[in-house]
Amino acid sequence: MRRPTPALTGTLALCLVLTACGGGGPASPQASAAPAAADGTTLLIWADQKRSDTLKPFAEAFAEENGIKAEIVVVAQNQQQTFTTASQAGEGPDVLVGAHDWIGNLVQNGLIDPVPMTEEQLAGYADVARRAVTYDGQVYGVPYAVENLALFRNTELAPDAPATFDELVDTGKKLKKAGKVEEIVGYPVSQQNGQSGDTYHLYPLYTSGGAHLFGTTPQGDPDPADLGVGTKESVAAFERIAALGEKGEGALKRSFTSDNAAAAFNEGKTAFMVAGPWRLADVRKAGVKYDVTPVPGFKDAGPARPFVGVQSFFVASKGRNKALAQEFVTGSLASAEVAQALFDAEPRMPALKKALEYAAAKDPDVAKFQAAAENGTPLPAIPQMVAIWVPFNTLIHAAVKGEPVPAAVDAAAKAIAEQLEQ
Amino acid sequence: MSTRQTRTGEGRGLPRRGDTGAPRQEGTAPRTSPEGSPGGPPARDRRPRAVPDRPRALAVPPGGWPGGAGAVAARFLALGLIVAVALWAVAPLASAGNWTGTAIVAAVTAAGLYVYLTPRRMPAKYLLPTTLLVLAFQVFPVVHTMSLALTNIGDGHLGSKQEAITAIETSSVRREPGSAEYRLTVAERDGGLAFLLAAGGRAYAGTAEGLRPLEGATLGPGGRITAADGYTVLTSAQASARSAEITELAVPVEGGAIRSQGLSRAYQGRAELTYDAGCDCVTGSGSGSGPEKAWRADEEQGRFVAADGTALPQGWKVDVGLANLAAALTDPRINAHFLGVFGWNLVYATAVVALTAALGIAVALALHHPRMRAVRAYRTLIVLPYAMPAFAMLLVWRDMFNTDFGLVNRVFGLDVDWLGEPFTARLSVLLVQLWLGFPYMFLIATGALQTIPAEYLEAAQVDGATAWQRFRKVTLPLLMLALSPLMVSSFAFNFNNFNGVFLVTAGGPFPADNPTVGATDLLITYTFRLAFGQQGAQYGLASAMSVYVYLIVAVISIVSFRRTRVFQEVDR
Repeated sequence: MRRPTPALTGTLALCLVLTACGGGGPASPQASAAPAAADGTTLLIWADQKRSDTLKPFAEAFAEENGIKAEIVVVAQNQQQTFTTASQAGEGPDVLVGAHDWIGNLVQNGLIDPVPMTEEQLAGYADVARRAVTYDGQVYGVPYAVENLALFRNTELAPDAPATFDELVDTGKKLKKAGKVEEIVGYPVSQQNGQSGDTYHLYPLYTSGGAHLFGTTPQGDPDPADLGVGTKESVAAFERIAALGEKGEGALKRSFTSDNAAAAFNEGKTAFMVAGPWRLADVRKAGVKYDVTPVPGFKDAGPARPFVGVQSFFVASKGRNKALAQEFVTGSLASAEVAQALFDAEPRMPALKKALEYAAAKDPDVAKFQAAAENGTPLPAIPQMVAIWVPFNTLIHAAVKGEPVPAAVDAAAKAIAEQLEQ
Repeated sequence: MSTRQTRTGEGRGLPRRGDTGAPRQEGTAPRTSPEGSPGGPPARDRRPRAVPDRPRALAVPPGGWPGGAGAVAARFLALGLIVAVALWAVAPLASAGNWTGTAIVAAVTAAGLYVYLTPRRMPAKYLLPTTLLVLAFQVFPVVHTMSLALTNIGDGHLGSKQEAITAIETSSVRREPGSAEYRLTVAERDGGLAFLLAAGGRAYAGTAEGLRPLEGATLGPGGRITAADGYTVLTSAQASARSAEITELAVPVEGGAIRSQGLSRAYQGRAELTYDAGCDCVTGSGSGSGPEKAWRADEEQGRFVAADGTALPQGWKVDVGLANLAAALTDPRINAHFLGVFGWNLVYATAVVALTAALGIAVALALHHPRMRAVRAYRTLIVLPYAMPAFAMLLVWRDMFNTDFGLVNRVFGLDVDWLGEPFTARLSVLLVQLWLGFPYMFLIATGALQTIPAEYLEAAQVDGATAWQRFRKVTLPLLMLALSPLMVSSFAFNFNNFNGVFLVTAGGPFPADNPTVGATDLLITYTFRLAFGQQGAQYGLASAMSVYVYLIVAVISIVSFRRTRVFQEVDR
């Protein structure tokens, strides 16, 4: 052990090599930057796995037409966060595919540009999609697909669509009593972690109870100054939800997540499920005879308004090829032919009216989800929405568990208001 | 062997009076230190004995490296590799003008070459790589976190003020309602970019100077201009290459400017908001229809604030000094629950360490029994939870604790709301962590058991000790010798065991009257929700909180390591 053996030297050298890179850590992103600009322009598009497979041929066709290259990068996890970090470091894409409710946050971080579509172009989109991508009076994204919740019904167990949620619960209870099902309804009360309530899924019932999250500004945006949680209506809505909860009818249970609700429905253990179009493939594969109708509201109450999410194309502020990116999203992707081809490649409810007609004719379920979206409201895109999630999720669990509703609503309202003040 | 490591470690970690406290570097220090402090306190007298062989290690023959030609070749190959990697790393840094990065790479490479080429500097050969690793992966992240804690970085405050101004102006450009829609052709004249615009059968040419009618233009089938006298129409590929110029070109016209929408359309729009450097404010009518207003730059908040208190959403990063660190202590929303969370955090980390150690030792002892059969099979089975990815296992456990559909309730025929009640939720996260963690302790204990000489136990048996006495007085103290430092590090790990709690319960269940703090929240999950869960991502505040968590863990670890030295006395 007087001197390092060659092997040891090698190991040390390796360490040194590693640290040499580590030492330059803060600057190393630039090392990998070396853009492919040398031999032409590359339009960089970020999408998740499914979307990237669908978009690939269209991006390539566009690239060929314009004599450039197009590259689609799959970002599977934490897209918004990754986009923010990468853009800030000058490594972001030109086009981003994502959910419209990112808009508020991306705008306050100065990361996406308005998309100056003509009024004629905008008029071609479904109303809810157009509203969804409009933020502070500006259009920030090109809508592509629309998603919302609806009620799946096993037509063998329950031939008739329930007119109200109370009727649905009655039917479910009868079926359970008869031993035909194990659960009244597969309603995802909890998020995947089972530990916090699911605002997205519970929102239809909350709105049917007459309550709202935010008011509306004259611009048509959600108004953070008008908080609906803590109002009389919100207490009343949660009283109705609690009445169906674990200490009431036992229809809503915290043990239900989106996954196990779907499993129960597919195995015929429940006749009803509240879910989005992403469950269609599963349900069809399971061979259940099903129908899709709008989520029913409470008896003698307002309609249930599901959140509508709109997948959109965004033009990155810090992209290198903004003109190209705009041309791609407003010129190429916004055309009816491409929207139809996108639907053929992946059956998602299109946002473009013409493509929607085409899709509805081809797949009756699309028309049913479209009907379910009619009462829907776009998922709020304002950054203040982040103040809602945690307290509202907790409130849902408290109500379904059977805790005193007014106290829980007050606590949630207080927590949200404190966050909004900041 | 272990004795020496312990003692030299002690000398480094605990600077005494007369010691510089700095880690000894470059080999010369151990040799000179005895002479350097002749009147050192008696506590230091072990040092010369602990490192007697070090000065001798330096006495490598000055004539060159011993060893065969292969060894020398391997050494130079390795050094050549270092230089190659350094060059590869430096090229982009230098071309990007990042001189700090270049200097760091150069300095590291030079130091590496010097240390490994000279036959002397034996301790540095070991110290250099470790020092670099410590700097890169320990010191740098900590310093970076602390520097972030002094800013307001987070959503809405990510970039510079200039970036915020650009974003505000860009996003305020609105299409003039009812204005003409132009078909755009990008062209060039004398190297400068021009927009050839067609609308309503008329043709225009637009440059940064203005818009003027265009004579002699040829209209194509799509209504776009395909040729014009004096202009070179750019092909798509040519236009694509000048994408940035096209985006920036705004043709001034009355009531706004004509801007491109991609490469084939143009529209007339107006920037509703403009920055005025004179008053350091943004003026305009805000969201289209509102009255004229001015938003003044507030350098303390890093955003533009109007007289009525409203602010523009786009802000920038500013230094806030100790505000984040102070907020963690003074903000009632944060500190009101601190003690409760801290208490449970201590209980959690302690309980996990105690339970995993107890179970690990018990299982190791059982398998260590000489009459035990199929030991290997058992060991493989027991190590399984440790070998499986913890991430996936945590999610599986979470689903197994589901009230109606979970395996736990189904198998035992229970109807327990495991994750819904504070007590059972706490029990659940402990059980999950026990399952995940005990194989580690089992492995360590198994190894340590092999090193306990059988004579000790035989001697104790001869002296009439019962089995329990033998375990309590002989086996356990010797086991603890190996286990206690690992238990301290296990404690530090579990104190910050974000996954172990967040993936199972997400910190819940939350009391109905307080959605901010859950029954199983650790400081780290609580911090995470504070910083990322509610008001968007607040990296500054999160960094400040993690500085505190770091300090707490550091203090606890230092105290524990000192206490565990009690066991090490046995070895002397």
